[in-house]
Amino acid sequence: MQSTILKTATNYLLPLLLLFSVFILLRGHYESGGGFVGGLVASIAFVLHSFAYGLERTQKLLKYPPKSFIPVGLLLSFMSGVLPMFGGKAYMTGVWSSEPLPVIGLVGSALFFDIGVFIVVIGVTLTILFTISESIDQ
Amino acid sequence: MTDNLLILPIFAHLLTAILLIFAWSHINLQRVISLFGHFMALVLSLHLFSKTWKAGILTMQAGGWKAPFGITFVSDTFSATFVVLTAIAGLAVGIFSTVSVTKARMQFGYFAISHFLMMGLNGAFLTGDIFNLYVWFEIVIISSFVLMTLAGKKPQMEGAIKYVAMNMLASTVFLTAIAILYGLTGTLNMADLSLKVAQIEKKELVSVTSLLFFVGFGIKSAVFPLYFWLPSSYHTPPSAIAATFGGLLTKMGVYAMMRTFTLVFVPDAFTQHVLIACAILTLFTGAMGALNKTSIRRMFSYLIICHIGFMIGGLGLHTHVALAAVVFYLIHDIIVKTNLFLATGIIHKIRGSTDIRRLGGLYEEYPKLSLLMAIIFFSMVGIPPLSGFWPKIGLFQSSLDQRSYILLAAFILASFFTLYIIAKMWSEVFWKDLPKRPEETNEFTELPFFKQTLLIVPVVGLALVSLYIGLGAENIMIISNRIATNMIDTGYYLDAVLNK
Repeated sequence: MQSTILKTATNYLLPLLLLFSVFILLRGHYESGGGFVGGLVASIAFVLHSFAYGLERTQKLLKYPPKSFIPVGLLLSFMSGVLPMFGGKAYMTGVWSSEPLPVIGLVGSALFFDIGVFIVVIGVTLTILFTISESIDQ
Repeated sequence: MTDNLLILPIFAHLLTAILLIFAWSHINLQRVISLFGHFMALVLSLHLFSKTWKAGILTMQAGGWKAPFGITFVSDTFSATFVVLTAIAGLAVGIFSTVSVTKARMQFGYFAISHFLMMGLNGAFLTGDIFNLYVWFEIVIISSFVLMTLAGKKPQMEGAIKYVAMNMLASTVFLTAIAILYGLTGTLNMADLSLKVAQIEKKELVSVTSLLFFVGFGIKSAVFPLYFWLPSSYHTPPSAIAATFGGLLTKMGVYAMMRTFTLVFVPDAFTQHVLIACAILTLFTGAMGALNKTSIRRMFSYLIICHIGFMIGGLGLHTHVALAAVVFYLIHDIIVKTNLFLATGIIHKIRGSTDIRRLGGLYEEYPKLSLLMAIIFFSMVGIPPLSGFWPKIGLFQSSLDQRSYILLAAFILASFFTLYIIAKMWSEVFWKDLPKRPEETNEFTELPFFKQTLLIVPVVGLALVSLYIGLGAENIMIISNRIATNMIDTGYYLDAVLNK
């Protein structure tokens, strides 16, 4: 399916959706949102791109196969939990920066856990959807 | 007091699994990483056991949130023993599967998933929070479902669907029971539940909830009316996977049952009767089911069910002697049942079949291997002084003390049936002449010597462990007596978790 309207819209929607997914990710600490929902929104952006331009171009856009995102995210989440253990605290204790960063505010280890989830969700969702659409194309 | 050592066996498997996903397409690298992970887990769990043995109990409040609000991880002697057993069985299966599992399965992430499974088991043994226990159960179920279906054909799919359907039902019942319990008490921490449940005035409500837990865990550990999923699914996956399932998965259900029925609910007369009745029927139906099977693996699947009856029966008797015997039985059973399925895997490699009608003559061709397998079989039957014998004495004795003569009869009958089944299998598979077959395929002798060693070493190792359990029974008895004492007097557990 080749549609000019969809292609043009995707050009604008892809960055917008990705930005929105990051917003949802960061919002998640105190309000509704978080890594899981953010990851889903981000993967929807790529799925939309694959609808408009075809699977191959999306895979090129991603550079790495989505499968390779999974262990990276897992490792990040894992490390965020392990980090406080080096300071003699219990596993997954929230460790916070003393100075707030501009725009984001205080950064804690929980954020990195959520970023890990974000990456895993993108990896898993895209792996599943790409596998399905590849098997349909064949 | 927070001790991070507690969670390291779980992390060893999690980290290994993550590294294995990084090494997705490098199968040889995966073999090495997986073995290293299993080995590290064994070292860590032995360390955890020795530390727990010295300190009595270790706790860790995840995230620094104090119990009963946060999730507590607790390692008492019971948990630590199981973590060690899981690590031993895991290492054996890990070594065995580097050769026995097909390339196709490895390419689809067999190793990574098996480490997730091990992580789930360790988590279930170490958690002190009943909802967290549910989460670990889910991790185990999802991993085991993937392991079953990986690169599978129709029979694997069929087995897996039965397996998952029943286990999902069990999880739903378990989750409902947790919800009701939370509604009654307002807490999920097992130590806190122990205190709050004792204060509830409507004892009937507590009994009903406890029976819901019994149904949930009963399905998972294959107790009488709800065991049928086990024999129809455990014979489908490859032997390395079946060994993990047969050795560890049903025992996780028994572990959870032992935990809830000693710590959270103290069984009243009615619950004890239900447990004993289910145990008698489990012993009987398991033994009966195994009698007329011609496939060794199906036979062993029924024997798993039969032997679960011993544990539930002991739990139902609920005396110090009985509980110690059940713990001893669990320790022996995990090692022997894992080994049993690994041995079956070797037989399958040699003869290309597990059907006793097509097997025979193993003793003539492989006398040393047959002797090794004899140790496993006789340990399971419980010929003194091998490992299966000692816990049965305790069970017989306490069922006599409690005047549960029907249960005693069922115990004795099930022991005899096990003996009969193993004797029949032995004469068919090892002594009978090999029936003529058109094509002769022996995968085992075609393997290079190194790979043959990798298949034999875990079986020898586990056989040695079960020999130790039998011959060094007094040491195992010390451990199981201490666990039983702690089960009956839970005060130390509550003090440690709730920091009183």
